Amino acid sequence: MSNPVAVDLENLTRVYGTVKALDGFSLHIEPGELVALLGPSGCGKTTAMRILAGLDEATSGTVRVDGRDLGAVPANKRDMGMVFQAYSLFPHLNVLDNVAFGLKMRGVGRAERQARADEMLELVGLAAHRHKYVDELSGGQQQRVALARALAIRPRVLLLDEPLSALDAKVRAQLRDEIRRVQLEIGITTLFVTHDQEEALAVADRVGVMNAGRLEQLAAPAELYARPATPFVAEFVGLSNRLPALVNGAGARVLGCAVPTLPGSVPSGAGLALVRPEAVVVKADEQGAATVTSVMFLGPNSRVYARLADGTQVQAQLASAEARAFRPGDPVSIAIEPVPVLVVPGPAPART
Amino acid sequence: MTRVLRAVLWLVFGLFFLFPLYAMADFATRDLVHGGRTLRAWQNLVADDALFRAILVSLGLAVLTVAAMLAVLVPTMIWVRLRAGWARNLVEFLCLLPLTIPALVIVVGLRNVYLWVTYLLGESPLTLTFVYTVLVLPFAYRAIDAALGAIDLRTLAEAARSLGAGWITTIFRVIVPNIWSGILSAAFISIAVVLGEYTIASLSGYQTLPVQIVLIGKSDGPTSVAASLATLLFGFVLLMILALVTRRRRRTVAATTVPTTPTGVRT
Amino acid sequence: MAGRSVGRRLADGAPLLPFFALVVIFLLIPTGTVVVNALFADGGFSPARLGALFSSTALTALWRSVLLSGATALIGAVFGAVLAWLIAARPPESMVRRGVLALCSVLAQFGGVALAFAFLATVGLNGVLTLWVQQLTGFNLAGSGWLYALPGLILVYSYFQIPLMVIVFLPALEGLRRQWREAAVSLGASGRQYWREVAVPLLGPAFLGSVLLLFANAFAAYATAAALVSQGSPIVPLLIRTALTSEVVLGQSGFAYALALEMIVVVAVVMVAYNALVRRTARWLR
Repeated sequence: MSNPVAVDLENLTRVYGTVKALDGFSLHIEPGELVALLGPSGCGKTTAMRILAGLDEATSGTVRVDGRDLGAVPANKRDMGMVFQAYSLFPHLNVLDNVAFGLKMRGVGRAERQARADEMLELVGLAAHRHKYVDELSGGQQQRVALARALAIRPRVLLLDEPLSALDAKVRAQLRDEIRRVQLEIGITTLFVTHDQEEALAVADRVGVMNAGRLEQLAAPAELYARPATPFVAEFVGLSNRLPALVNGAGARVLGCAVPTLPGSVPSGAGLALVRPEAVVVKADEQGAATVTSVMFLGPNSRVYARLADGTQVQAQLASAEARAFRPGDPVSIAIEPVPVLVVPGPAPART
Repeated sequence: MTRVLRAVLWLVFGLFFLFPLYAMADFATRDLVHGGRTLRAWQNLVADDALFRAILVSLGLAVLTVAAMLAVLVPTMIWVRLRAGWARNLVEFLCLLPLTIPALVIVVGLRNVYLWVTYLLGESPLTLTFVYTVLVLPFAYRAIDAALGAIDLRTLAEAARSLGAGWITTIFRVIVPNIWSGILSAAFISIAVVLGEYTIASLSGYQTLPVQIVLIGKSDGPTSVAASLATLLFGFVLLMILALVTRRRRRTVAATTVPTTPTGVRT
Repeated sequence: MAGRSVGRRLADGAPLLPFFALVVIFLLIPTGTVVVNALFADGGFSPARLGALFSSTALTALWRSVLLSGATALIGAVFGAVLAWLIAARPPESMVRRGVLALCSVLAQFGGVALAFAFLATVGLNGVLTLWVQQLTGFNLAGSGWLYALPGLILVYSYFQIPLMVIVFLPALEGLRRQWREAAVSLGASGRQYWREVAVPLLGPAFLGSVLLLFANAFAAYATAAALVSQGSPIVPLLIRTALTSEVVLGQSGFAYALALEMIVVVAVVMVAYNALVRRTARWLR
């Protein structure tokens, strides 16, 4: 792509009656970057995208693309390519005409339209299906056509609204990689909305986690995973154990181990440490205070569940080869690796 | 702009459709002798012997038709889905056929058949039940089919049978309670169809309500109009009750609609 | 082996007998009777009965039926589509919408006789509107008795054709997915382009199919016309009535059979066209 553009969503608020779908939401996307908006249903991620696309209007706030305010620009003039979750292909047109649709709207001549549409279909690997109709395609193929259609107009921004949510698991993974490949090849600035954290982490340059209309954290996937800024992020992304901890000046003590704390943790006193399963160490120990309750085989890794003396449940993630040694009922001792954790305020949790 | 346009259009349609209904109400309460208003026409619905009898006949026919329709159609449709899948298309075709064959055609060819029926069962207008059951098949089929499609019939039936229930129990105590909205829908629409059916009744010489209304129409306008308005209102109330009871349906149109074929008007 | 599966089929089919018996006796046999009696008389193939269909009475009635059906099909389709559009714009659970749809159902499917009297009460000789207009301007709205002839029939038939269109076409309108409009818009389509390139092509077949449906419906309708027109037989259904009830001319029942066959043929042709039109495209708007 010749000149990828930056996208700025500044302080967007969207109110429906008494419901605040977006509450002062701001986001900056670098040129050529793929940002994933991640969050549970109702967090406002789709609303933010629709406002960017022009399909919805913000109650207040500004949308800028390449520095220019798009407030007064109607949706059909914003030059953005959008891929919807499902059902967006026109059933009365074949694949080629679907892909060429945007070009037809721009008055491009027939021969050139078809040539460019063919080019796009090559890009997504569906050139052989150009004369098929929507009901002859599988879900994955339909979304690839939708992607080709969105890109055919050479938009400045690509918007993907949960494009994989309606697909089968296996197809989802394949298509996810394909979308990323195409995006990198073209170098287009992209916003990807999803509720699936694995998808977001796999595909994005940066991930923005949203909750109740606000942005909780915006960071690269690895950073988001290792250094969550808020309890919501820590719980939403990846799994966490909630273990009793005592915070002092140097860090926290969790299950007898010294563990550094992340910024945003309780400054001192008791709290709950959010510990990743892979940071839990399980050792067979005749005098151990904990007992294994179950072992779950997950393929390359396994999860070992153990109960501490005070009844707290802990889950640890081990390589399956190691986990094989443990049986329910085995006495073990639990230790925590010195990986930084977030300590949140709280009494004993309802469940781990 | 669209807002104003919509409001204007609603108004125009409202006038066109509601005015005749208002006119009916006005006409039916008109006192032709003294001027002013009277409820005489409405009282005639009960007071006039022939008319009252016709009302009873039509109501009786409606009840019998609904009973016959349910007795024949519900087990058949369940059986087709569970055991006789090969017959599914045939049954659907036959159920929707009455929409393609005008009632007028049926009555022309009905003479011989009804010679037998009256020979076996007598001259009562209630023998119209048989034909009426056929006439309501398309509406009833659609309603019940939708309800059957919304539940997992096979699983329900197999679960019931595996727990020891016989077929009768399975149908009446397991399946029917789950397709209640479809059954209700079929029943109400059938009632409305029967109450308004004129073609076959009149050309076969039976005195049902619509037939009587037309007969009286020549001599006593207000009473006919009152009876007609009553029929329309009754049908409307039935369908509104149905719409309220089957609130959970996604497409409100489906419950009260004719399958998309012609001669939907039961005339 | 084959015997067993046939036996199994018969056993599985047995509970279906009451249904089949009902349909055969009260639907198929009458229809068959009509067809047979229209073509055969006195034991042999008799073209005379069919020939009667080409008499001037029969042809005039046919022409008027076609005119009535065509006119009300178009009127019903256009206005019904507009009304359906109005209804579709309302929220799905609104009371107004349910009320309007229930009214449409009643008028379109169960009205028959009642509709005739509705218009008699409105623009008949002593109709409410007639009297008002007379009081205001002295003009007798019902003077020429137009209500009891073709113009009147067109008006009254529209009263049930428009609601029928709503019932038949509304699902198609609602089948127009929001995503298509949004996709078209995001690809650069203006309002007019969306309608021209997406909505109209998608709704077109459904609309035309509805026109055919309305045509067949009007063609086969009887009750309303019978209630309005007590004497004379301007249209085919009323001609059948005359043929069935007339004691004047012997052999009239043969005429009724022929007319009924004509009716079956017309409706069947229209329905075949409807199916051909709608079969592939109905899936789009599911």
